[in-house]
Amino acid sequence: MLRIECPCCGPRDHDEFRYGGDASVTRPAHDDPDPEAWYAYVYVRKNPAGLHREFWQHVIGCRQWLVVERDTRNHVISSVAFARTSQA
Amino acid sequence: MNAQNQRLPGGGRIDRSHPIEFSFDGRKLAGYRGDTLASALLANGVTLVGRSFKYHRPRGILSAGPEEPNALVTLGSGGRREPNLPATTLELGDGMVVETQNRWPSLAFDVQSLNGLFGPFLSAGFYYKTFMGPTRRAWMFYEHFIRKAAGLGRAGTDPDPARYEVRHAFADVAIIGSGPAGLSAARAAAAAGARVALIEQDFLLGGQLLAERSDGIAAAWLNEVEAELKGLETVTLMKRTSAFGVYDGNVLGLAAQREPLDTRSTGEARQTVTMLRAHSVVFATGAIERPMVFSNNDRPGVMLASAARTYLNRFAVLPGKKIIVAAANDAAWRTAFDLAEAGAEVTVADLRAAPPPALAAEAGRLGVAVRTATRIVDLRGGHAVRRATLSGPGGQSETACDLVCMSGGWSPTVHLTSHLGIKPRYRDDIDGFVPGIFPASWSGAGAMMGAYATADTIEDGHRAGIEAASFCGKSAPVSAPPKLDLGETVTAPLRDVPSAHRGKAFVDFQMDVTTKDIELAHREGYESVEHLKRYTTLGMGTDQGKTSNFAALAAMAGLRGATVPETGTTTFRPPFTPVAIGALAGRATGHHFKPFRRTPMHDWHQANGADMLEVGLWMRPWFYRQSGADVNEAYVAEMRTVRQAAGLMDISTLGKIDVQGPDAAIFLDRVYANGFAKLPVGRARYGVMLRDDGIVFDDGTTTRLAESRFFMTTSTAKAADVLSRLEFLLDTAWPDLRVAVTSVSDEWAAMSIAGPQSRAILAAEFPSLDVSDAALPHMGLLEGEWEGRALRILRLSYSGERAYELYVGATAGAQLWNRLLEAGDPFGLKPYGVEALGALRVEKGHVAGPEIDGRTTLDDLGLGRIAGKRSGFVGDVLRRRPALLAPARERLVGLECIEDGKRLRGGAILFLPGEKAHGHGRGRVTSVTFSPERGHYVGLALLAGDMAAEGNEVVAVYPMKAETVRARIVAPVFLDPQGERLHG
Repeated sequence: MLRIECPCCGPRDHDEFRYGGDASVTRPAHDDPDPEAWYAYVYVRKNPAGLHREFWQHVIGCRQWLVVERDTRNHVISSVAFARTSQA
Repeated sequence: MNAQNQRLPGGGRIDRSHPIEFSFDGRKLAGYRGDTLASALLANGVTLVGRSFKYHRPRGILSAGPEEPNALVTLGSGGRREPNLPATTLELGDGMVVETQNRWPSLAFDVQSLNGLFGPFLSAGFYYKTFMGPTRRAWMFYEHFIRKAAGLGRAGTDPDPARYEVRHAFADVAIIGSGPAGLSAARAAAAAGARVALIEQDFLLGGQLLAERSDGIAAAWLNEVEAELKGLETVTLMKRTSAFGVYDGNVLGLAAQREPLDTRSTGEARQTVTMLRAHSVVFATGAIERPMVFSNNDRPGVMLASAARTYLNRFAVLPGKKIIVAAANDAAWRTAFDLAEAGAEVTVADLRAAPPPALAAEAGRLGVAVRTATRIVDLRGGHAVRRATLSGPGGQSETACDLVCMSGGWSPTVHLTSHLGIKPRYRDDIDGFVPGIFPASWSGAGAMMGAYATADTIEDGHRAGIEAASFCGKSAPVSAPPKLDLGETVTAPLRDVPSAHRGKAFVDFQMDVTTKDIELAHREGYESVEHLKRYTTLGMGTDQGKTSNFAALAAMAGLRGATVPETGTTTFRPPFTPVAIGALAGRATGHHFKPFRRTPMHDWHQANGADMLEVGLWMRPWFYRQSGADVNEAYVAEMRTVRQAAGLMDISTLGKIDVQGPDAAIFLDRVYANGFAKLPVGRARYGVMLRDDGIVFDDGTTTRLAESRFFMTTSTAKAADVLSRLEFLLDTAWPDLRVAVTSVSDEWAAMSIAGPQSRAILAAEFPSLDVSDAALPHMGLLEGEWEGRALRILRLSYSGERAYELYVGATAGAQLWNRLLEAGDPFGLKPYGVEALGALRVEKGHVAGPEIDGRTTLDDLGLGRIAGKRSGFVGDVLRRRPALLAPARERLVGLECIEDGKRLRGGAILFLPGEKAHGHGRGRVTSVTFSPERGHYVGLALLAGDMAAEGNEVVAVYPMKAETVRARIVAPVFLDPQGERLHG
């Protein structure tokens, strides 16, 4: 069981959260017409063995979307931040 | 009743004032409170306890703990029947009914023990090679018989009436194992200020200390430390609790057995699973003794040396009178000494040429015969050992015996530490595997780290306890632990080399894997330990090969001419000990398997003849019994009511989202494929959302309540996904937009009133509201109050009729529902269910879940026009990918059944007339209904675009019922294409 330290609610089991995929990809602007940019955003993933930035939402809690940095080799979570502020 | 002939007159940790009766294969036997089933059987002289998995060989009791591979029994009967329980961990309870396993007709005479005679044929891979060879069909035929012949106990088939619990717990420091290391660690961690959970699988604390004399210095030490821990509020002692798994985030899976029947409080759960979250973990899991591998080493009467000592000192049972102790290390000699002191005639056969002189001197003092550089190579005796063949410097000789104690060394119990993928590492000096590198929050202590002398394990536990507490920020000063020196010598062990003299030499007792099987695996190229395991089934029993792992590695290493570390270990996975499935589920069974969501009108539906349907977690009325005898009759009647008078439908399950903020309109413009910025206040609009990849996500209506406030509805199924997606976009993609979204699904009860009489009914019920077409046109909104509660009336239609959606505060939902039915009664208003709802929308050609299936685009569904030439919304760019625009893509069509008396079925596969009905066809039927308007079945289908010309015929094939029916392709609207009905 992953334990995620929600910056709002404290450490919680991962089954309170919803996984939201890779947070390292950059979403094109809403009106970006470039299919390549959207293709890369939707489909191209690095799948690293190591640190991975990923989105999790605390759905059974504060409902904030978070950026979690997790080591895919051992599930050690090194940082958790609000997605709103960590994007900038 | 049998006397307990093997029980000693005094000593042991049993309560002689509490005799216990139990039944073993129908025999009434007696033991004492404090016995395990195994110790009670041994006290009664019972040595034959089970039959083996494959060869049905007689088996006895090997160990005194959870590593037991042989003595597996079935407890209880009926729904409470539980198979494959190790007798060595089963706490004896009054009235226990125990059966042996895998034998027929009886344990002593088992027909299939003949398998042993055919043993040469039943080697690894035999079944597959023999029965799978020529055809797959052969295996299908034989498998049933093979599975019946091999195996362990049978589970009961009745529902299990027992109660199970799952609970959650927290601790600063969790300590697994309460041997000297674990006790010392618990003491230190608690003194340092940490909240401690001490986890012990046994019903007594003490671990290996329980194998020491019950009146000696070890017992005194144990009593002192146990009393100290019991006096601390910060220490939780969890006895009868097995740590079965270690999971990420220092979450431990613990399974607790309740006390046996005669002592437990009533109503206690049979097994309780605890998910324990700890800041740090101390592993003090000890070590498991290794059997030696020689011919017939599986005979009843062959026991691990430490187990014999446990039965003697803890349970006051002398398991033999003429005993051979086969040793490869110093520890086994202590068993020999204790057995000799208890009056047995003991011979030590040590593999080593020169055991420590101190041991030889003590042996001399106690009259223990010693033979060095000597090993057992064979045993005789069927249901009990009678003679052993020893091989030493003077050649081979036979010796009479009734018990063989063996010790091939020790394997640290590293299983739990490997659950998260930490590979054990080999240590030459102890010839065994210890855990790999731990994360900072873990410590190991005692025998599991390779420290075997008791004094060392206490020191080690003390250090680990301080470390673990300090990791949690607790570092109050800690006094030194009480000393305990048992005078053990620990000199280098000598590895037992497997031998097979005459007859089978078992490596894995439970799975009946012999040295020959390992040789065969090696010969056939299954050299990697992971392949070896799967080819021979070694270590795949309920004991997970706790006693067999090392011997198998050593055997394979020998065959490959490699070292043990080069050969490697297999991966240990949870559960360390078996856990009842019921315990993992806890109370989440039957009615509580998942939550049920009920609408505010639920009770009314139930009281008024609704057949309910599960839709996701929701319970919705499927149809009402008052409408017809079965669903097919009822839904058609309910459709007629809606088309001719009016129907009332509970739509409270729709997702409802309040969207607010200055940028709300811009936000909706981006998330919907169609535009919302220009939607006037007080008007609603149907909207479709796409995913980023251009596939349709969900649809619903959104109403503009005010300049910067919208009321969005989603489908019942996607309510949670849509809200989460909107939050995702606002949090991650467009944090600059000043918008907030909130679920208000549970705040509003919702109902839809549809049909030509619907306006008249509203006018009757809400005389103060103007529901005229001028005031409330199609897609209009009326806000008001009803009985002091907020009320929203939206004029929307799903069925194609004039229709209104009414939203009222949830607690007033049932009341409004009732009032509308009363007011509507003179107009013919009746409730209708989801079957009729679905049928009405099919007739009208609206898409829903079966069409919006995560694979279809706007164009596939004929909705391309709603996006028009817009851009900049979610999914816009990727929906234009060439493959998604291909003319041959399946797209939505209507189908009309053109064969009298036949019907269409959802899921039917479409073919061209005359085409062979084979494969995936040209498309599929997604939704169907009988159309009272048309007088036959109509449906919606997704059909290859190049075949989809209206007027053409297709054949709908439904292989499940062997049905074939002809249908005509038509426009996907079967009723009122001009929309005259919904306007009035």
